[in-house]
Amino acid sequence: MPSKTIKEIQDLILKGNANCEKVVKHYLSSINEQKHLNAFIEVFEEEAIERAKEIDLKIREGNAGKLAGVVVGIKDVLCYKDHSLTCGSGILKGFKSLYTATAVQKLIDEDAIIIGILNCDEFAMGSSNETSVYGPTLNAVDNERVPGGSSGGSAVAVQAGLCTVSLGTDTGGSVRQPAGFCEVWGLKPTYSRISRYGLASYASSFDCIGTFTNSAEDAALLLEIMSGEDEKDSTSSSSAPENYQLEESTTKTYKVAYLAEALNHEGLSPQVRDVFQETLSKIKEAGNQVEEIKFDLLPYLLPTYYILTTAEASSNLSRYDGVRYGHRSDQAENPEMLYKKSRTEGFGPEVQKRIMLGTFVLSADYFDAYYVKALKARKLIRNKTLEILKEYDFIITPTAPTEPFKLGEKNKDQMEMYLGDVFTVQASLCGLPSLNIPFSNKKSGLPVGVQITGKPFKEKDLLQAGNFFSKL
Amino acid sequence: MKINKETVRKIAHLARLELNESQEESMISELSEILDWVEKLNELDTEGVEPLINISGEVNRWREDEAKLTISHKEALKNAPEHDDDFFIVPKVVE
Repeated sequence: MPSKTIKEIQDLILKGNANCEKVVKHYLSSINEQKHLNAFIEVFEEEAIERAKEIDLKIREGNAGKLAGVVVGIKDVLCYKDHSLTCGSGILKGFKSLYTATAVQKLIDEDAIIIGILNCDEFAMGSSNETSVYGPTLNAVDNERVPGGSSGGSAVAVQAGLCTVSLGTDTGGSVRQPAGFCEVWGLKPTYSRISRYGLASYASSFDCIGTFTNSAEDAALLLEIMSGEDEKDSTSSSSAPENYQLEESTTKTYKVAYLAEALNHEGLSPQVRDVFQETLSKIKEAGNQVEEIKFDLLPYLLPTYYILTTAEASSNLSRYDGVRYGHRSDQAENPEMLYKKSRTEGFGPEVQKRIMLGTFVLSADYFDAYYVKALKARKLIRNKTLEILKEYDFIITPTAPTEPFKLGEKNKDQMEMYLGDVFTVQASLCGLPSLNIPFSNKKSGLPVGVQITGKPFKEKDLLQAGNFFSKL
Repeated sequence: MKINKETVRKIAHLARLELNESQEESMISELSEILDWVEKLNELDTEGVEPLINISGEVNRWREDEAKLTISHKEALKNAPEHDDDFFIVPKVVE
């Protein structure tokens, strides 16, 4: 089945050339053939086929939802009632969700079929999918390379045709960077646009549910369905969801800013710089205004991000205590030992390190010097970024500073791994919508993503422009 | 900032983690490296800047304080490593 996008699949079904059952079986056999990629943690084989039959009936009766025929994989941090949720961690092995995340439920209500749970970095902490307790997911373009992270399984599932679309989560780039590494569309909406209810928290003031798709149109449709106010998430935006459907032909051009500090960044690889500059030239030739601007706060983005996200993580992950759910050490003689041993046995090294760092910056002696300082820096960064976006429609950067790197290449040097998020954290710190547009290096054949970040709640403009730029 | 063994032990206790000697050593070097790096923020003049404490722009929404059944007793206990019909079971608190 060469069809890839939602529209293509639904057209096939409409013309009678396929039905949901066939579509599901097609994906199941692709998943089986490509097991070595380690994208799925669990596949709901029989359940997906059963559900496909029900939806085929609805299609015949003419009352199917907007996502009939669409097969979805979800990242292992999203709750789906009575199904496993482990956050890629040993501490949650065996856990079954008691309820379904609002975003997932909205897809199901439109007749999407959930086919399985996708691999990710432990508690979404990582940029290469190598911190998962299930082992790394492999990049389908080159199995020696990482798919990016933390939503690496979600990116590969769409890249390798194992499902139609997938859900990931993005705290500092965890949708956009793997989308860039796997040459698929990756959208992180405005913070609060999609309810976080049922998303296992990492850093609550950053976490966003996002999508991996084969087209900008697919991302627009999923966003339209998932967005909206939710009484179960008091941070969810009360602004009315929009019609995100893209205009077919438009002559609209845009004003785009690129950051001098990003283009001259010492960590930017020459291959990525080439693809990025070529893209900038094409965008300019197509009649858009492309200008270089100064953003002297760039070196402060990652430090601010790591202080705040680890602080929030240390607080959020305190719930894993071996009492009510999750791993419990059998070595504990009293409650304090129970907490300590269960957590130490259950969490992997990267998660422990981030909990330690977060606990440190929140501890009485260091709270003002680190945590409050970073909250102030976040304010400066947001103000400056919004100022830029008053004058420009988008900020454009490479999604990641390098091409997808080799497995094991960066996990010896934590700083090098963290630097991989240098361009994605700006939108996360500011709560802005941001999109990976899939491109590749024509010489090496390796994926290289280009990222555009837009004004709050202007996802439609972002997708419309991304679609336009991708076709140049 | 270089942190010492005493600090790492104090933080590990606050975080309810138990590190062995070699984990303590690597934690000291990794955390010190990260702290040196994030201290770059000290270069930023944040005098008079209000900390950003709400990224969503929404304000708290009040609702009626009504008792509602969200999950059953049985469901709540279902994922517990050790429980009886009514309670989570933990090791003895008082000797």
